[in-house]
Parts: sequence; structure tokens; C-alpha cells
Amino acid sequence: MTDPHSLSPHPTGATADTLEVEAGEGPLGGAVVPAAQDKPRSLASDAWHDLRRSPIFITASVIIVIFVVMAAFPGLFTNKDPYFCDLNLSRQGPSAGAWFGYDLQGCDVYARTIYGARASILVGVLTTTAVTLSGALFGMIGGFYGGWADSVVSRVTDIFFGIPLLLGGILVLSSFPSGVGTPEWQTIGKVVLALAILGWTSLARIMRSTVIQVKQADYVQAARALGGGAPRILRAHVLPNAVTPVIVYATIVLGIFIGAEATLSFLGIGLQPPVISWGVAIDDGATYFRQSPHMLLFPGGFLVLTVLAFIMLGDAVRDAFDPRLR
Amino acid sequence: MGRYVIRRLLQMIPVFIGTTFLIFMMVWALPGDPFAGKCGDRPCPESYVQAMTAKFNLDEPWYVQYGLYMANLLQGDFGETFAGVQVIDELTQAYPVTFKLTVIAILFEIVIGVGAGVLTGLRRGGFLDNLVLISTLFVISIPIFVIGYTLQLLLGVNLGLFPVTGREGTVYALILPAFVLASATLAYVARVMRTNLIENLRSDYVRTATAKGLARRRVVGVHTLRNSLIPVITLIGADFGALLGGAIVTEGIFNINGVGGLIYRSIRLREFALVTGAVTVLVIVFLLVNLIVDLLYAALDPRIRYD
Repeated sequence: MTDPHSLSPHPTGATADTLEVEAGEGPLGGAVVPAAQDKPRSLASDAWHDLRRSPIFITASVIIVIFVVMAAFPGLFTNKDPYFCDLNLSRQGPSAGAWFGYDLQGCDVYARTIYGARASILVGVLTTTAVTLSGALFGMIGGFYGGWADSVVSRVTDIFFGIPLLLGGILVLSSFPSGVGTPEWQTIGKVVLALAILGWTSLARIMRSTVIQVKQADYVQAARALGGGAPRILRAHVLPNAVTPVIVYATIVLGIFIGAEATLSFLGIGLQPPVISWGVAIDDGATYFRQSPHMLLFPGGFLVLTVLAFIMLGDAVRDAFDPRLR
Repeated sequence: MGRYVIRRLLQMIPVFIGTTFLIFMMVWALPGDPFAGKCGDRPCPESYVQAMTAKFNLDEPWYVQYGLYMANLLQGDFGETFAGVQVIDELTQAYPVTFKLTVIAILFEIVIGVGAGVLTGLRRGGFLDNLVLISTLFVISIPIFVIGYTLQLLLGVNLGLFPVTGREGTVYALILPAFVLASATLAYVARVMRTNLIENLRSDYVRTATAKGLARRRVVGVHTLRNSLIPVITLIGADFGALLGGAIVTEGIFNINGVGGLIYRSIRLREFALVTGAVTVLVIVFLLVNLIVDLLYAALDPRIRYD
């Protein structure tokens, strides 16, 4: 997988607290902002105003909510046991009794796809959380303090940035191999660690560049002049104004990590069979892709839909928060 | 400019040491016996194990091993594998193929990605714009191995337009794998190019150029395009390194003997020297490409100067 460095969001600076909205087309083309505005609104409420009317945002949110509910309560969507398999039914295609057909072991693909949402989304969410926290912390230290702290943080970021994500993932997972007996949370934890160890660099770079911009804003200078200490300035002034691009990027990268989990599982070193996940199902299905495509297409379709929803959400939020697109 | 380049080259030294160290540690920490399976279905004889341990300094602590490795590396000696093959020979076999694959992939990214970005950026909101926006989203969302298998089946097996494998390493055989490899970044390039073009088209210097009475072709082609290329070049530059080492999946699907497969195999076989050597070359290339990208900024945007 290639790293999505591209999405380096345009640092909005978020200084335009009283940005006026011009009447006309919203950033996504579909949303029309009412012509007359009574009072100036903050950038955040502006963005929210746009987002509520954006079809892309609404579609993405609905899909994400459905998948999150699926991950939390798979029993709502199916009453079949994903671990119940009948070899007589091996690789049978979709039918009225089993909408998505059966896999190689004769397990119900629909039930397994539903139950697979949990591990896949968990990997995405946990990795993104880890990456965002560590990346934002390093980026903030480097950007705010500058000097040698910045040099150290930047060089460390460079070191980790130079190693491809997949390569690091393979090394980490080869160091801590999982087997059939490994508890599920450990298997998931290893994949999260493997992806997070090299995945934080882009977020650190984004955070650093935004913090450098925000640091020079007048309100930060004012807070400094009033005698505010570094921790207080960081918490009260810098972080709230620099966090938007990081959150936007994190949303997009969440989808990417779900895809990366599938790739690692495809290589046979990611999540391992007693764990049910889309990546594991796709790996199983890939061998029989030409004979029984349903084994790959259904879990693959769910995966693509989830990744798509997160990327769309991130895109919509970024557009809504970017004052330059107004 | 000269001083800037020298400073950057000096900055590379700690990054280079750090990356090799990181990789060395990760490979070194791999569990398992490096001699497992080396002698067929029986344990290796004691004399063999002793000889190999002495030869590869395996009983030394990790920092001594790292120091010895780096000392050899600085003299241009990449060491040899447990099977007695020179690492440099393995690398000179694998790197040209992967390099060719990467260059073709980058060409796809530039031609199709930048082309689509410019076309849609100039006609924002049109049919083509929406088509490209939606299709690039889909391409980004689909895992690369699904794209690889599907295109291999459709264009290679069913239609017979391209060779099914890239084993021969010819340009023709590498076109399809390179396209698969490029697909995700290509989609990002198109989107980034589009966004930047739209932004820059509204900037003051474009308005000035138009007000001066320049032809639209010149305003877009010379003034706007050059500035809009900067983030795209960052993206492609970063991708160069990622493609060189990260083509593991694509190389596997199309059966190409490249760096990705070499690294993957040597991790599995615990060939310390081979993994570290391959990644070291990767890191050097990556750092140099990054420097070139930064120098290109100044060539593209006259406001950027390195003094």
C-alpha cells in the first residue's frame, strides 16, 4: 500500500473565527447556503452548516453508522453462527437460504462478513487512535518548541518515514507471530502495533507544520505576553486551532488502515483464522477467485464500502473546513 | 544553493544511521533459529553451527554486530547470506527489475494522474470532473491485490492483451503490473492536482497574468501549472521510495523477481544481511529522491529560494 501523503490537508490555520459565508454554492456543489446571514458564525459552525447539507457527508455518515452498529452488535443483522460450518456446503454460491453463499469450509459467508466487521473496524479505529495521539504529540513538540527539539523530532520522523509501511508491518508481525491458539485481542493488538509503528509519521508532519503556522498568530503572541506558560498556550490556544487538519487526515487514514489490514492478512501474516475479519475472508477467497468469486466479492465489497465511507467523510469535512474553497 | 545541498547531505547521515539501525534491530529481534531448516530434515551439525556463528559474529552482542556491519558497509561490503551468496549480487539482480517497474509506474502517475487532474481542475463541476472524483475514490478504496487479480484476469487471461506474469522483466511485461502499482497514487495525484489547480487559478498572480492580456493557454500552462505541481511532486517523490520496497503484493501477483519479494523472502528465512542490505539501498535512494524533490520546488516556484 502506498502512503497517502498527498492528503496533507491545507493547514486552515483556523484563525478565521468570524469568517463570513458568501451566499452561493457550498464546497461540494450540492449545498446551497441561505443568502442572508444575520450574525457571523465561527468556522466550526459554518462547516457544520455546510456538512449537514452535503449529500456526500450524509451518505458516508449513514454507511459508517451502519458498520459501527454491525461491529458492535452483529447479532442484529444475522442469527446464524459464523463458526458453524458444514463441509457439504463448501463453496456453494448465493441462494435464498444463504444470501452470500458459503466459503471453502462451508461456513455462511453472510454471517462471517457481518461478524468480520468487528475485527476490521477495530484495527482501523485502534491504529488511527494510536497514530493520531503519537503523531500529534511529536508534531506539537517539534513545531512549538523549535530548535534542537524540532531537529530531533524531524530526524526521527524522517527515519521512520523512509521505511515502507508494509515492510515494517511484515517485520513486526514476523517478530511476534500469531497462531491458532493466540487470543483474539492479542492478534488484533499485534496488527495495530505493526501498522502504528510506521504509520504516525505523516500525522506528525502535518501537526508540526500547522503548529508552526498557528504559533505565529497574534492570539498566541498575546497569550505569551500575558504570561501564559507553554503547557497552557499549547492546550488552550495552539491545539484547538491546529487540530482540524489532523482530524481530517485521521478520518481518511482510518479507511486506509482497514485496507492495510486486509493486505497484511492477504500476505498471511495479519489477522489469523480463528479471528473473523474481511481481510482473512478475502485471503481465503483469493485462491478460488476464478471458480467461486462470491467468496471474495462479498467481504471485499463490504471492505471497499467502509474504506470509501471514511475517505468520503474525511474529504467532506476537509472541504467544509477549508476557507479557501468558499 | 550549494550550501543548502551540503547541509541536506549532512542531515542525511543521522537519518541513514538511524534507519539502518532501526531495520537492523528489527531483523535482529526476529525470533527463531537462523539455522532451522538449513541442513534438511535434521538439526545442523555442531561444527557447522560453530563455524557459521563465528563467521557471522552471531554470538556477539547486537551493538557489536551492528558496528561490524556498518564498518563493512562503509567499505562497500554488503556481506553475504548464510548460503554464501554475496548480498550485492542478489541486490544487483533484484533492483534493476523493480527500478524499471517503479519508473513505468511513476510515468503512469505523471501522465494519467496529472492529466486527469488538469482536465478536471479546469472544468470544475462538469461531468468529467464528477466521473474522475468518484472513480478515483473507488480506486483508492479497493485493496491493491483485488485490483491486481482483477486486471490480471481481465486483461491478461481473458483478453490476452498483456502477459499474465512480469517474469521476463521486459517493459511490455511490466506495463500491467506497473499500472496496478500506480493505481492508488495515480488517483491521489489526480485529486491533489485538481484541488491545487482550482486554488491557484484564483490567486492574485493568475489574475495579474490574465489582466496583462496573456492568452489563457499561457496563464494556465506556464503560471498556474508550475505552481500546482509542487504538492504533486512531493507525493510522487514519496511514492518512489514506497514503490521500490512496497511492491511486495504486486510483485507476488505478477511473479516478478523484484526487491519486494526479495525482502519478504529474506525476512521469512531470517537472512539478516540481505534484509538490511536491501533496505539500506532503499533508504539511500529515498533520501536522494527527497533532496531532488526539494530542489525541484525552487525550480518550479520562483518564490522558493535556498540560500
